[in-house]
Parts: sequence; structure tokens; C-alpha cells
Amino acid sequence: VATETKRFASPYEDHAPPGAEGWEALYPYFLLFREDRREEEEAKFWFCDAQHWPTVFKPFDTVHVEFACKCLGQYNARHLKVPPANGVDYRIHRGYCYMHPLAVDPAEIPDRVPIFLERAAYYFENWDSLLANWHRKIRALIADLEALEFEPLPDAVPLEWIKEGVGLDPTFDLLANYNRAIELCYKAYQYHFEFLNLGYVAYLDFFGFCKESFPDIPDLAIARMVQGIEVDLFRPDDELKRLAKLAVELDVSAALNEGSADEVLAAVAKLPNGEKWLAEWKGAQDPWFNYSSGNGFYSTDKVWLDYLDIPLGYVRGYIGQVERGIDIDRPLEAVAAERDRITAEYRALLPTDEARAAFAEKLALARTVFPYVENHNFYIEHWTMAVFWRKMRKLGQVLADAGFWPEADDMFYLRREEVSVALFDYANGWGVGAEPGGPYYWPAEVARRRKIIHALESKRPIPAMNEPPEVVTEPFTIMLWGITTERIQQWLHGAAQSTTLTGMAASPGEVEGVARVVYGAGDLDELQDGEILVTQVTAPSWAPVFTKIRAAVTDIGGAMSHAAIVCREYGLPAVTGTGSATAQIATGQRIRVDGTNGVVTLL
Amino acid sequence: MSYVLPFEACRSDDVGRVGGKCASLGSLLEAGLPVPPGFAVTTNAFAEMLAAGGLGDRILGQLVVLDPDDLDELDACSERVRALIEAAPVPPAVESAIREAYSALCASIGVPELPVAVRSSATAEDLPGASFAGQQDTFLWVLGADAVLAHVRRCWSSLYTARAISYRHVSGFDHERVLMSVAVQKMVRARAAGVAMTLNPINGDRSKIVIDSSFGLGETVVGGLVTPDNFVVDKVMLEVVKRTISTKHVELVVDDGEQRTIERPIERERQQEPSLTLEEVKAVARLAKLAEQHYGSPQDVEWALDTDGDNKALLLQSRPETVWSQAASATRPATYETGLASVLSTLMNPLAAKKKAN
Repeated sequence: VATETKRFASPYEDHAPPGAEGWEALYPYFLLFREDRREEEEAKFWFCDAQHWPTVFKPFDTVHVEFACKCLGQYNARHLKVPPANGVDYRIHRGYCYMHPLAVDPAEIPDRVPIFLERAAYYFENWDSLLANWHRKIRALIADLEALEFEPLPDAVPLEWIKEGVGLDPTFDLLANYNRAIELCYKAYQYHFEFLNLGYVAYLDFFGFCKESFPDIPDLAIARMVQGIEVDLFRPDDELKRLAKLAVELDVSAALNEGSADEVLAAVAKLPNGEKWLAEWKGAQDPWFNYSSGNGFYSTDKVWLDYLDIPLGYVRGYIGQVERGIDIDRPLEAVAAERDRITAEYRALLPTDEARAAFAEKLALARTVFPYVENHNFYIEHWTMAVFWRKMRKLGQVLADAGFWPEADDMFYLRREEVSVALFDYANGWGVGAEPGGPYYWPAEVARRRKIIHALESKRPIPAMNEPPEVVTEPFTIMLWGITTERIQQWLHGAAQSTTLTGMAASPGEVEGVARVVYGAGDLDELQDGEILVTQVTAPSWAPVFTKIRAAVTDIGGAMSHAAIVCREYGLPAVTGTGSATAQIATGQRIRVDGTNGVVTLL
Repeated sequence: MSYVLPFEACRSDDVGRVGGKCASLGSLLEAGLPVPPGFAVTTNAFAEMLAAGGLGDRILGQLVVLDPDDLDELDACSERVRALIEAAPVPPAVESAIREAYSALCASIGVPELPVAVRSSATAEDLPGASFAGQQDTFLWVLGADAVLAHVRRCWSSLYTARAISYRHVSGFDHERVLMSVAVQKMVRARAAGVAMTLNPINGDRSKIVIDSSFGLGETVVGGLVTPDNFVVDKVMLEVVKRTISTKHVELVVDDGEQRTIERPIERERQQEPSLTLEEVKAVARLAKLAEQHYGSPQDVEWALDTDGDNKALLLQSRPETVWSQAASATRPATYETGLASVLSTLMNPLAAKKKAN
């Protein structure tokens, strides 16, 4: 049988949609597929990382993908000298993110092994104390970030500064604070990967042992054995449930029912028990409302603390359930008992004492590392980044008030180094007592860029580029993105109009229903009860919408993605990593989701 | 000296009296597993039959002079022995015991005449290492005490098919030491039925339950008349991990009008429908798992979904699995890496890449 060599389009043949001309200038030069690097770039296989970066980047927002990929890479390539894997190279094409994991030259691997073993061993042996140190570092970082101030410039330098001989003006701190905010964001991403790469590898070691001992063991079974019971990532949602139950108990639930957050909170304050509930509502906010309705990577992600209507809406939903007599608490004891049962049964199925000893050792390590894999997401993506975006929006407002652009968020149409320049423009105008140039230049430029971004959003990214490797062996590609040889073949061959989509069996069960295709957190309010959510990626912070839907289907994501974890937590069938569900399924279409086998059927 | 014994009175150590099948059904009932009701016609009844009128001696007379390598003579001998058994009167005490047991079974269900399945339950059958496959008969949809008696007798005579005689000769079993018990069991009106193994027969993986299933009675699956649907279920999670739906052409069903089972073609649109829902697959797997837990070793079970009982899954029989139980699983690696060496090897040889290489 002659096999046709199949390849994906080259980025040089994959053109931007009309209206997006000039998009390249919105992104850093080294992240573009440039003509001067064409030969090298076309020789590499690139896949779209819509799991982490599902939507088109505004220029400023690339700060996260740059820091995240750079820091992921440094831990492999420089901290740990992971023998077979360096970092993951990345590009931005048509506003979407493409990845190319870098394997190590086999000749260099032997020299890296002893270095890796020494360093990895130290982390695994001292995991708890190093992790305690990590928590101190990240809390200090958040405090530093919180302390940064972005205020409009006064008319004159304060008199005290004159008397104290400070010898500086307020623009000095304004510029420094901006630089400091970017530095702290960079630092947070360094910390982000300090434990993550090793955590995934240790988990995968147990995962591989289970798959070899019990072929076709469901991924879910392995996750259930490893998953923690008390997980910080679920705390925000748990807090909302607690507030809902308390509202019913204190008889303030009726007042919470209708109106904006401001209106209902004022109404609650007037009730006999109102102050008591409001104190709990306030208390829960720090830190648990530093929770993004997106994945924390985008300036458009809405954080609960800044949009109290979001958590309030979820609280209302839970109140309704409590009033209908539904137990909304996560059944922690049952989850723990089930974890013990599953673990004991698989252990008993192993053939020898040697096998059982290996199982116990790997499970213990996986359980040690897994809480970080789950919880870092709250501390970095949610909490730290909530503060970061809040501060940046504050700065955007300062410059909006100075006439640089109409809205605070318009600042994110600038690249981060352009913000430095605009900020100096503002300082310069203030300092010399002249008008800054920004108000003449930026409003039209921001409008022009907005149109480009809008045009880019009109065309979905292709799943991959160039010729795929015959066999995917790069561990991080498989581990972090769930991209395997089979998956790539599905992308290549499955795009032909088939009535079934296959993906990862992320959460078991089978249901039929009506699809709702959602492109971002902003579309979530269109979801109707009983629909099936079809989206590029489900963020864990969408947790409360999982009480409405019957199943979830995503384009990209492995069985270890945070999304899959939350789906399983809510007992919903889910198929992740289908590659093209949002392109092939339309809102209103009837589909069958078989989360046990990872199959979606269009009916 | 009881000639009949209700299944619930059969014990696992009663094999000599009620045969392997009935002993197993009794043991499953004792463990609280759902088994269609019925009774065993014990080996005492068969012994009494052989003793009455010197039937046993006349059979032995035929067998001692037989040259089992002479196939024509073997067939003729089998014919003669079976004719002897089917012509001999059933001793009155045995006959009345069977009639009483049948009428008690009918009364317990609340019908005057209950359709039953009559199956042989040999004392050497169903034991690990002694598979008499294909030797004994099963009669479905037997209605009324006279018919039950007639089919019990046919089961007895099935002990002397040419093949069974030859097999015993080759394996060195004494003819007179192999006795026959007969199971008389409420007929299940199966919407779907089949077999299940509590390990994966492909590779010996003990963490799986593998189910073969088709529409109607399970004889089409056991007898290879259809290519059944195949489900692989994770034993711990009770989740279906693989599902192969086959095109199923025929089913064996109860025909109420003609009062018998009939083999009929399956309508075209139903041929490729799954014979079990996911929930039903899980229910069957759960039963098989319970049977394995009860016996403490991998089992090979027959099961059916009973339309008389809201399609509830019933166990029809459970036998020890004999192939992999005595061998090491093919999935067992030679050695187990531990510690950082294992972490390193996980990085160097990611599982998905290994799978592809195989």
C-alpha cells in the first residue's frame, strides 16, 4: 500500500485573513515566522497550543507566553539539565501560539544524566521543605506586587519631598513601578516552573507503570489514585458554596436574588443578619476571589474580585440548589474512601511483591508532587496574575485619564516596551510642562490595531504546521499537551468531514444533547441548562457552569489538563483534545459525548 | 439419599452429588448473586436409574468389549447404550421426586407450567484441567413435568455420546465413576446474553473483564453462531475501555406461540446496534467481578439479561478460568525500575512512543 506523505501547511502559506494586514508589527520580531529564517522554520514541526492560548493575543498579552515558555525551557535546559529535553520554542502566527519542543542532541545526553540525577534527587528528597519555601516566596512576591502604586501625576512635587531633600519627582517611581511589575511577573513565571516539570515527570512515572501493568487502565483511575482531597484550586468554588449555604441559614438569600452586585450587597446590609453574611463574603475574597474566569493569561480575563457579579451569580445558583434540598458539598470522605478502594484493588491485582513495592514507591512520589501540579495554578495563574492585571489596568486608567486612549484596557494594544515609551512620554510632557505626544498618536493607532486583532479573530488557527515527526517521543509534548503520534494522525486525516471526533477520554460517561460552542469566558452566559459545552479549552475557573452542562468537549487538552480534573470532579463526561470540535460542531447541533472512550458523535 | 436438591441447597463441595454446574449455582446463590431458580437432579437419581433393572451392568457390558479406536464400532456402541437408557423406565421414587421438585418450582414462580432449561451437570465437568467441552447437552424451553423427565433422561444418555466415551478412554476416566447430575432451571427470556471472563484472554491482564454479548439467548455466543459484541471493562473502575460492536445476524429467542425457542434473523437495522447499553455492560461486569471475588480466582461466566425481571443481569453459571490462571500474565514486565532511575527512563522513553514502537 502506497502511503501518501501527509504534512500540514507551512506558516508561510497560511495567510492572515483580510483586514489583518500589518499584524506582524504587533508582536516581537523573534516570535514571527520571518522570511529571513524560512528554511529553518519550515524544517520544524509546530503545533498550535490552543490549550493555554486559545484566543488571539493583544500585543501586551504576549508577556505571559514569553515568560512562561522561557521559564519552562530554562528549568529543562539550565536548572535540571533534563537529559533528553530542552525547552519548547514558540512562535506567534496570525495572533495564535505555536510550539516546537526541542530535543537534546543524543550525543549530549550522557553528560547531562549525572547532572540531572543530582539536581532532581535533591528536589524529590527535599520536596516538602523546598515547597514550603516556595509558598513563602510566592506570597512575598504577591505582597510586593500589591504594594506597587500607579497614581496620576500631581500638579507639583509634594512639599515634604522638597523639605526632605528627596530630589526626585513622582514619575521616577511611576516608571520604576511599571518596570517592577514586569519584573515580578517574570519572577512569578520562574517560580511557576520550579516544581512543575519535575512534578509532571514523577506523575508520569507512576502513570507509565500503571499503563504497563494494566493495559488500557483509564487515565481517570490513575488520576483518582494520585489526586489530593483538599485542593487549593477548588477552594474558591468551595467558598462560594459555603457562602450560599450561609445565606440560606442567615435568611439573606432572597435579597441576593436579583440586581447588580452593588444593589444586592446594599440590600443585604439592611437585613438583621446582613452584616454577618457580608463579613464572610468580604473575608472569603482575600485571597480566594483572586480567581480568573479565564486562565489568567489574558488581559481580558475577568477576575472575581474585580467583577463581583460573577461570583455572586454562582452563589445564586448554589442557593437555588440548597433551597431545592441538594447537597452541594464535595463529598470529601467519599472521595477519600474511593481513592483508597481503587488503590487497594489495583495493588491487589499486581502479580508479585516486587511489583507491589514498585507501585507503592511510585504512588507515594506521585502523591507528594501532585498537590503542586494542581495548586500552583491558583497561586500563579489566578492570584498573582489577578493582582498583575489589576495593577496594569490601573496604569492603563492613569494614561487614559491623561488622554492617551479612551479606556484603561486600550493600553493592552501596546507591546510592553511601547508602554515604557508611552509612560516616559507622559512623564516627559508632565516634566517639561508641555503636552505629551501620546494623545495625538495613540487613539488612532489603538483603533487601527483593534481592527487588526478583530480581523485575526475571524480565522481559527490550523492545528499544526509543516511535516510531523514519524513518532512523537519528546516527553513534554506528550506530558503537557497530550500530543501523540496518533493525535497528529487524527488531525491530518480526521479533518475530512467525519461524523465522529476522537480525543482523550478525560472523564467517563456517555450523554446526548445539544451543543453550545463557546469561544471564551465572555460567551459563557449564553449557555443554557442541559447543553453540552464545546470549546477550545475549559478553564478550571468555569467550575460553576459545570452544574449547568451535561458534558464538555474541547479542542485541545490532555487527561491531566486542569480542565479534565474539574470535569471529573463534577462527574461530567468529557472528551478533550479533539483538535477541531469547535470548528466541526455548531451550536444547536445534537451530539453524543462518550467520555469513557473519548469519542464525540455528531448526530 | 435425595434424588433432587434445590439450587440453594447445593454446596460448592457437593460436586460429587450435583455436578459442577449445580454446585457452582448453589454456591453463587449462597453468596447472594442473582441466579435463575431451579433444582439439581442428583447423581443419586442417576445411580438409582443405573441400578434399577441392571441398566448399569448392561451398559458396562457394551463398553468393556468396545475397541474405541474403531470409529464405526464406537458410534454403534454409543447408539446402543443411549437406546438402553432412553428405553429404561425411570424408577418411581426418582420420577416422583422430579415431578414434585418441578411443581414446587412452578409454584414458587406462580405459574402452572414453567418453561425450564434442562442441562447436564457432570461430576467431572467444569473442573480445571478437565474440560469436556461439547460433550453434554442443553435443552431449552422444556415445558411440563413429562417433558422435564424425558429431557433429564436425554441428559443422562448424553454421557454416552461417541465423543464422550472416546474422551474418557483417552484421558483414563473410568466410565462408571463419571456420574451425571442434571440442572433444571427457570428459562430466562434473554433480551441479550453471552459470556464474560474476569481477565483479558488476549494477554492475561487481570485488571480487565471481557464480555461477549449478543441479542437473545446466549447459546448463539457460546456456540459461535454469531460474532458477538465485545466489551473490555476495567475491573476496578467498572468502566468500558474498549467496545467493538459487531454485525449480529441471528438470535435465539422464545416463541410464545410455538412454545419453544427459535433461531431467527435479526432485522437489518438492529444488526449493528449494541446488544448492551453502557449501564448493562457495567451490571454484567459487576456480576462477573462478584463471582470472581466469591471464588477467589478468575472466572468464566455465562450471563443473561432477563426480560421477565426488567432486564436485570443474571448469572447462569460460573467456571474457573483455566488458561491464564495457571500462567504468568503477558503484561508482566521482567523487572521493575524504581526511584530516579525509573523517572529518568520515563523521560527517555515516553509511554506513547513505546506503545507506537510495539
